[in-house]
Amino acid sequence: MPLLEIDHVTKYFAGTDGSGDLCVFKNVHFNIEKGEFVTMVGHSGCGKSTLLNIIAGLETATKGGIILEGKEVTDAGLDRMVVFQNFSLMPWMTAYENIRIAVKAAYPKWDRKHIAEYVQQYIDMVGLTGAEHKRPAALSGGMRQRVGLARAFAVQPKVLLLDEPFAQIDALTRGSIQEELIRMWMATGNTVFMVTHDVDEAILLSDKIALMTNGPEAELAELIEVEIPRPRSREALIDSPVYTRIRRHVINFLLERSRKVQEQGGMAESHQRSVSASKAALISIENLK
Amino acid sequence: MDPHAKTSERKKVVISSLCFLLAFVFFWQVNVKPTLGGKTEGLPSPLAVAEKAWEMLSNPFYDRGANDKGIGVQLIYSLGRLAVGYSVASVVAIFLGVVLGLYPTLYRSVNPYIQILKPISPLAWMPLFLYTIKDSGKAAVMVIFMSSLWPTLANTAFGVSSIKRDYLNVSSLLQLSWLRRLFKVILPAAAPAIVAGLRISMGSAWIAIVAAEMLIGGTGIGYFVWNEWNNLQLTSVIFAILTIGGVGVLLDVGLGRLGKNLSYAE
Repeated sequence: MPLLEIDHVTKYFAGTDGSGDLCVFKNVHFNIEKGEFVTMVGHSGCGKSTLLNIIAGLETATKGGIILEGKEVTDAGLDRMVVFQNFSLMPWMTAYENIRIAVKAAYPKWDRKHIAEYVQQYIDMVGLTGAEHKRPAALSGGMRQRVGLARAFAVQPKVLLLDEPFAQIDALTRGSIQEELIRMWMATGNTVFMVTHDVDEAILLSDKIALMTNGPEAELAELIEVEIPRPRSREALIDSPVYTRIRRHVINFLLERSRKVQEQGGMAESHQRSVSASKAALISIENLK
Repeated sequence: MDPHAKTSERKKVVISSLCFLLAFVFFWQVNVKPTLGGKTEGLPSPLAVAEKAWEMLSNPFYDRGANDKGIGVQLIYSLGRLAVGYSVASVVAIFLGVVLGLYPTLYRSVNPYIQILKPISPLAWMPLFLYTIKDSGKAAVMVIFMSSLWPTLANTAFGVSSIKRDYLNVSSLLQLSWLRRLFKVILPAAAPAIVAGLRISMGSAWIAIVAAEMLIGGTGIGYFVWNEWNNLQLTSVIFAILTIGGVGVLLDVGLGRLGKNLSYAE
């Protein structure tokens, strides 16, 4: 039995000004095994963040459902923690307090001293020592996401949900936090579902990559196994033929689907977005050559 | 701005501020009619007011019967009424505001009534309170209650309804209990808006108490003003007016400090 089953999930959004309901994605089905790191890649508008929110219990599926350890889950809970793209830290609390409120919620029976030690342990683990009594506004984006990671890991959820966690962090810091994440993931044996549009990030971190077609009515197209042995390093990956093959495959996929939408016409906005996204991917391929 | 420029800027402000005060007092002094046989015609001079102020401040807490109490005693009566009416109103307003902020449908359904009740002068309720409570002191407290209810209520409801979805999402993920959600997330998130409401409420309560005490009589700074007017003691009236202003500033500064402590940068 898989740890997490995304069971034929379909999501409709209520249409604006009588245009009818909009199907974001339909019939998405895949499993995540215990300890696996699965990443979903797709263009903006394919509903990948919506799917993550449905797994988290922050949104509801129109059809289908989420099955965790054999039981359907519909509400949010401590067994599925989210690391948000915009960090979602409480701005009136210090870094320490942001983590402590999560720890207190997850372990209500612990005494004050035990909680303090445990929180400090996670502060140290993500390299926030010395900055723990600062409020988020006084921290850089990278530091804030370290708080976000510590908060999520400290709860020891069954599934960790990462919603484009590095998108708002500058490129230089991103690498070190990705390594931090991998180190913590390997140490804890957590199960992770991540959403991103960064192909390199997906290959570096994941066991499997789920490719979504473009929205609306997006579908899960492929589930790729990333057969690169761990530990992986960014430097070694560049020379790895498997890496190059997977990267080419994923980028080709993203470009191909974009073209199809272009040919169909209509859907002005998502069409525009797809075109600019495929241009960006093309440019990065040019750079690679 | 560099710190040097800042201090010189502050110096300029203080000096011109003092100049305005001097000019005002001078203008006042030269426009006072000369005294005739010891009795002042027209406005008393600033000097006379200053003398009276010195006299009243040197013994503020005497109590020689119903019509002769020190200004400190009268202020304590007023501040006591304010404390009771304002505190009860604030608790009620914050509670209702949180409920309305959390349930938009409820908010929208009661909003028309709030809009109608809000612009009513709190003094307009006075006859109704006198008739139902049959105690002028409690009626005055109820007037304070009415005057300080609406700004806090409206601001709390607005503050709570505009809390970022993210914070509520995190509370859902953490399965925070109802109480923890209220005290750790909802109230701190809405605190800047709530304190802004409390500050406006305090202002209108302090304005209303003077008028209410003029109506009910007996004690308080408002009654003091009216009583001194009946005695034609204009020096006392002018000093009392200045005192009301001064206390109002102190109350506002206190709440301003609180607001600063509870504010946060995103």
